Amino acid sequence: MSDVLLSARALARHYPVRLPGGLLGRPATLKAVDGVDFDLARGEVLGLVGESGCGKSTTAKLVLGHVPPSSGEVRFDGAPVPTDRRADWRRLRRRMQMIYQDPLGALDRRLPIVAQIGEPFDIHCPDMPRPERRERAAALMASVGLRPDQAGSYPHELSGGQRQRVVIARALALDPELLVCDEPVSALDVSIQAQVLNLMSDLRDRTGFAALFISHDLKVVRQMADRVVVMYLGRIVEEGLPDQVFHAPLHPYTQALVSAAPTPHRRARNRIVLPGDPPNPVDVPSGCPFHPRCPAAVARCRSEVPSLVRDAGRAVACHLAQSAGGDLSPAPRALKAKVA
Amino acid sequence: MLLYTLSRLARALVTVVLIVTLAFIILRMTGDPSIIILGPDAPEQAYEAFRRNWGLDQPLIVQYFKYFGAIAEGDLGRSMRDGRPALDVVMDRVPMTLALTLPALVFNLILGLGAGVFAALNRNTWIDRAIMTVSVVGFTVPSFVMGLVLAMVFAVQLKWLPSGGSGSWAHAILPVISMGMIGAAVIARFTRSAMLEVLGQPYIRTASAKGLSWGAVVLRHALPNAAIPVLTIIGFMVGSLVAGAVVIESIFSWPGLGRLLVGAVANRDLAVVQTILILIGFTMVFANLMVDLAYGWVDPRLRIRTLSTAK
Amino acid sequence: MTITTPDPRQGSASVFTAKSRARAFFQKYPILILLSIFWIVLMLAVAGLGHLVAPRDFMAMNLSERLSEPVGMGGTWAYPLGTDELGRDVVSRLIASIRISLTIAFLATLVSATIGVALGFLAAFLRGRAEQTILMVIDAQAAMPFMIIALAVLAFLGNSLTLFTILLGFYGWERIARIARGLAIAAQDQGYAAAVRDLGASPSRIYGLHILPNIASTLLVSMTLNFPEVILLESGLSFLGLGVQPPETSLGAMVGYGRDYIQSAPWIMLAPAAVIVVTTLCVSLLGDWLRDLFDPTLR
Repeated sequence: MSDVLLSARALARHYPVRLPGGLLGRPATLKAVDGVDFDLARGEVLGLVGESGCGKSTTAKLVLGHVPPSSGEVRFDGAPVPTDRRADWRRLRRRMQMIYQDPLGALDRRLPIVAQIGEPFDIHCPDMPRPERRERAAALMASVGLRPDQAGSYPHELSGGQRQRVVIARALALDPELLVCDEPVSALDVSIQAQVLNLMSDLRDRTGFAALFISHDLKVVRQMADRVVVMYLGRIVEEGLPDQVFHAPLHPYTQALVSAAPTPHRRARNRIVLPGDPPNPVDVPSGCPFHPRCPAAVARCRSEVPSLVRDAGRAVACHLAQSAGGDLSPAPRALKAKVA
Repeated sequence: MLLYTLSRLARALVTVVLIVTLAFIILRMTGDPSIIILGPDAPEQAYEAFRRNWGLDQPLIVQYFKYFGAIAEGDLGRSMRDGRPALDVVMDRVPMTLALTLPALVFNLILGLGAGVFAALNRNTWIDRAIMTVSVVGFTVPSFVMGLVLAMVFAVQLKWLPSGGSGSWAHAILPVISMGMIGAAVIARFTRSAMLEVLGQPYIRTASAKGLSWGAVVLRHALPNAAIPVLTIIGFMVGSLVAGAVVIESIFSWPGLGRLLVGAVANRDLAVVQTILILIGFTMVFANLMVDLAYGWVDPRLRIRTLSTAK
Repeated sequence: MTITTPDPRQGSASVFTAKSRARAFFQKYPILILLSIFWIVLMLAVAGLGHLVAPRDFMAMNLSERLSEPVGMGGTWAYPLGTDELGRDVVSRLIASIRISLTIAFLATLVSATIGVALGFLAAFLRGRAEQTILMVIDAQAAMPFMIIALAVLAFLGNSLTLFTILLGFYGWERIARIARGLAIAAQDQGYAAAVRDLGASPSRIYGLHILPNIASTLLVSMTLNFPEVILLESGLSFLGLGVQPPETSLGAMVGYGRDYIQSAPWIMLAPAAVIVVTTLCVSLLGDWLRDLFDPTLR
């Protein structure tokens, strides 16, 4: 049994699209994910950060085998993840589960919640006697902080936070090794967010699942993740421990991202406002994908794609942050960066 | 627009192929096509010639393509009643059916559009409710009941009009009205809801707010936009008129396609039935294609690709 | 109750009077809908139990009582709706016809829903080329007037009650297939079906235990709207003499045979015609009402 639970190598997912123009439209390629490498150890929580359209959710789909990769591969416990949704794929669901952004949409509004929490047993353990299934569903409800008298409730009768607890209980029913969480709290009120995040931390301490934790919210990722990956236009631009990434970001994009996050400590913040249009994954710029918006871009950035260079647990894909000796230092903040 | 036209044409072609395929499958399901096309009383040599000509000894897939070839040449077999080519028998009746369906379509549209627009403009008044109640009733009265009741009142009781036959234009009045009433009810309901949807749009409020008279708002802004969804229903109307013709022609002894079809089905004159099936299929596909293209022409959003400036 | 500013419309009536409760009831269940439900229940009772209360055998002839008038047109209570050209009791024939017509329409609607749901789910499950093929067949079916197809099939395959019922079962399947496909795709793209699939559920579990119960109310509404159209189709074909064959009888067949006596004995034709019109009207009204109640998004 290796220590690496999940690994992605040169993972890419391209979609053919047609742009308006011409007789039948101009064919083009949407590079949702374009060459991503990462490893996830057992019990580790990897945070995935980036703005919408950067390929976070597509990465989640690739990891779960929802869509086949265009190139590269995903390995789960050493074996490639099947993508055909047949028996192998279904069996693997015992070991990898997902938590969704919209808990109401993820629940069947016609079934009482206890039936939905117990459904994984119905699917994967047909031999388990009925009373035991009931007992285990009740235990799951208790473990996520739902009252026994709510067992017969329907999803629409619960609050948003309670619904997400139901989804979490259902995902954890079979003790999965990997949990993919796609923006699990962004649909909830801020006060509820903290409760759900605390619950997830507690459950993780108890059961020791590994997780791919996707969010656009830096502070949520910071609270949950052991390690953070920042994505931009389908590529990883920076990787490191949460404290490193958020206190001393190397990549100009991460610097902008961190500077935009509200913090209680700093009153006067140097907020970096990125110029230019939001990124379009159909029309990825040449060279460094970030160069049109980068406040520090130099000529080399327009022509040469920076590779992801790793050093001492950190990684960055930026020409300016990679000094000749392989030592990584923050990219210089350019003078033209606007200070707000 | 070109892409739109091409996709509609492709779809129409597929439908035609499916209809011909259906006819082929049904033909093959019933046994030896030579007997079916030529009838049971043809001489033995005719069967043999037929089998050789149509390649019935060849694989099914080859026969299938030959069947298409024969249809393309207009060779649809002979009527087993009088031995004439089925296509001629059918074509003889087409003008009589058109003489009923075209006036009925016009009657449909005038009555249905008028009632629908009128009901929408008088929304939630007794006028609206009366029109809609009548239309629900019209919608649920089958055409044969409508035809028989009209015949009973105007032909049997009042003796104003003939109850059957096709001697003069007076003979056509009752059939056209009974066909038109049913379709008008559907169009009225549809027009009303399309109009109400359009009248609720902000640009209608803008138009009347800028001081246009209500009549001008309705004529210039509401009607053209409401016409877009109503157009689609006209394709369906052609279908229900054809189905209605079958029943109505039988009631009023009108010698059109419908009565021919009913007679052919009763006598199992398969060549004639097959010809009518394919003819109506082509007509329907053509009608739907025209509606689709008209739709693209009326709806500027579909034209926007070819025109640089929007209206 | 009227201490504060009295409202002239309210008068002295409190919210709890029997009158306002009745009004609230009729607001929720319009009188027309109640009448429709009453008529439909009556028709179902006739279809289910009518043969027990029918005064006579619907095929029994009494040649001495041919074409006798119904009550109100000079007839006697022996034959409340009169007799037909062979002296058969119109009431008994009407009961037998309702039974046959409703049974055929009910079975045909079930067949149509089964075909529609199966193909709709299949299209949603397979996607890709198979889905396109199913959609093309749906379009082709929608483009052809069903009556013509029905006539062609009857001409080629001959007629029997079973075949006729199955044939009518092909009416309207394309609409149900469209609805089933659309709702299934919406559910499995994002939502409960996607989530259940992520649990590792098999397709049969996803479609049978989750999607089907969730879309059942919408399907029931569209089946309700399909039902009167099947009645009209059946009676139309039977009227032409190409549907239900004697000695069996149906509402359309009764009208068809009665039309020869439109001058001398209109009651033979009018009674079944009225039943057809009222029944289809009631089911349509109920269907529209249910649609607005359950699913305002359905057109």
